Amino acid sequence: MAPVIEVNNVSMDFGGLRAVDRFNLKIEEKEIVALIGPNGAGKTTLFNCVTGVYAPTEGDILVTSPGSKTEKITGMRADRITEKGLARTFQNIRLFQNMSVLENVMIGRHCRMKAGILGAVLRDKKTREEEERVVHESYEILKKIHLDMYVNELAKNLPYGAQRRLEIARAMATDPFLLLLDEPAAGMNPQETRELDDLIVKIRDTENITIFLIEHDMNLVMSLSERIYVMDYGELIAEGPPAKIKSDRKVIEAYLGEEVDA
Amino acid sequence: MFKFEEIKKSLIAAVWFMFFTFPIMVIKVNTVEDVIEWRWINLIAIGVGVFFLSFLWRYLLERQKLGRKKKEKSVSGQEDKRKFALNRELFQQKNVKLPSISALVILVAAFPFIVSMYQTNIMITALMYVMLGLGLNIVVGLGGLLHLGYVAFYAVGAYSYALLNYHFGLNFWICLPIGAGLSTLFGILLGIPVLRLRGDYLAIVTLAFGEITRLVLENWNDFSFGPSGIANIPRPGFFGIDMSLQQVTNYIYFLMIGLTVLTIFVVNRLENSRIGRAWVALREDEVACQAMGINTTRTKLTSFALGALWAGLAGVMFAAKTTFINPASFTVWESILVLCIVVIGGMGSSIGVLVGAVIIILLPEYLRAFSEYRLLLFGLILVLMMVFRPGGIIISKRRVYKFEEKQKETA
Repeated sequence: MAPVIEVNNVSMDFGGLRAVDRFNLKIEEKEIVALIGPNGAGKTTLFNCVTGVYAPTEGDILVTSPGSKTEKITGMRADRITEKGLARTFQNIRLFQNMSVLENVMIGRHCRMKAGILGAVLRDKKTREEEERVVHESYEILKKIHLDMYVNELAKNLPYGAQRRLEIARAMATDPFLLLLDEPAAGMNPQETRELDDLIVKIRDTENITIFLIEHDMNLVMSLSERIYVMDYGELIAEGPPAKIKSDRKVIEAYLGEEVDA
Repeated sequence: MFKFEEIKKSLIAAVWFMFFTFPIMVIKVNTVEDVIEWRWINLIAIGVGVFFLSFLWRYLLERQKLGRKKKEKSVSGQEDKRKFALNRELFQQKNVKLPSISALVILVAAFPFIVSMYQTNIMITALMYVMLGLGLNIVVGLGGLLHLGYVAFYAVGAYSYALLNYHFGLNFWICLPIGAGLSTLFGILLGIPVLRLRGDYLAIVTLAFGEITRLVLENWNDFSFGPSGIANIPRPGFFGIDMSLQQVTNYIYFLMIGLTVLTIFVVNRLENSRIGRAWVALREDEVACQAMGINTTRTKLTSFALGALWAGLAGVMFAAKTTFINPASFTVWESILVLCIVVIGGMGSSIGVLVGAVIIILLPEYLRAFSEYRLLLFGLILVLMMVFRPGGIIISKRRVYKFEEKQKETA
């Protein structure tokens, strides 16, 4: 079985600056993989290349949805990539602030709906049924993420942790096989972070979604991920299971730092 | 509120204003008799006026602050919500809803028979602006695309009826869909190159587009008859029956009512559909929108094209109503007026646009006595709106979904 996503020698230049430098990565189905590295290492840029916000300067990105053929998504439009089954969240929350929580999730289902202008105006049976089904499905997703008490609240009125979770709910509504989370625990308190840990594992186990995340909270990264990629100055400096990464000389130098009593 | 501190503040403001406006308001050189007139009474008027206005200003600010605090306090908003729900429920109840709707219908139906033809004509104009406002609301209010050249599509509609009628003798009913179609086409043609721009840049380009359209109409004499315009455009016919001017006016009035109701109906349905949600999401955050699998280009184009469609319809109606059109009717000022209707009424809210159009079009008609100060008042209203109610008169509410035991949608 081909890996869910394969990044081959991807580079991204901004003028003279090489933000990502010939990066390679492979993620198998149902893995939880983390990408760590110092600030400005190019982690989010890599995410943006994968999700189509930027077209990489060179290299290929291949994805394989479980049970179908491998496809090249390099340089594809972001919305097409989402349609293929890659969903993401953002480092700085980008919810649709003035829409209700339910509507935020319903937007996620947009690309799985068909209704056009004519259908919307005439509101024929097919459109009505589709609309009803999507409302129902969206509510189910909110229940899974424990946000169902906020259904009709505007997204901007939600507490911070709930906004982070809503981003995940919204991404899940697009029916992804690969979920890319950009610092999901940023700004969360320890309690919320623990809940997030459970939630991510639950999503992987019950929904069969492969998870790829960027995170700075080392406790979360070490307990959650099965494999870790470490990036510095756009380059891959280490790769492997948490135990190996923790003791890797290069990683400690570049990112983790020495422990006081070590 | 009425503490000494407040009175002092207002007094200081009043004195300052008296001082600053002294040269213009008090001293007047009478050039006929070569004397200087001292109009002290003006000074007192300004002092008293500013004193009370500054009080009012600070009172409103205070109230706004209180309102905000209250909102913050009730995070879950139990109290607020109940009050709000009551307000809504009042109109949901059958014994309130039915009579109020039927009263409105009767009033609307009887309107042209009660008042003079002049009044009916004003109402027709207002309804036309309601249509334009609702159309622009799709682009600006829902899609969040600042469009300052909306009047160009209005012109396309009006000119397509006038020219098709002049050259080919096509009647109103054939031209209505053709005009709408042509201006939709124009919307798409303009949209394709322009919609990659955002915010201010989009505003500038659309502004230029509006002006270019007007200048072409003004200067391309062979095509549009230039500034002299096109006259003798027939009014809409009713199965070939001859009608008096009064009857035709009433007829147009009902046509406009029909079209407005249709517009409201269609816009409302669109708003709560897959496409409408995509528009609102686009307004909120374009990058996130794309990450959610929405084709932003296509979504922008549909909002642009649908906005243009209603402008085209209104344009055909305009040509048919006035029977004469020239480029002077399609200046930037019209675009801005429609934009003001949307902003003042409430972006994204159909009822808001209705209210906005009534205020902006009807008030100047009935306040002719103050016509000199019209623009001054207009500016003042806009500034006050932006300070105290930036969301517009009627703030659009997101749809509320209810879930029962079985989690089935009922609302």
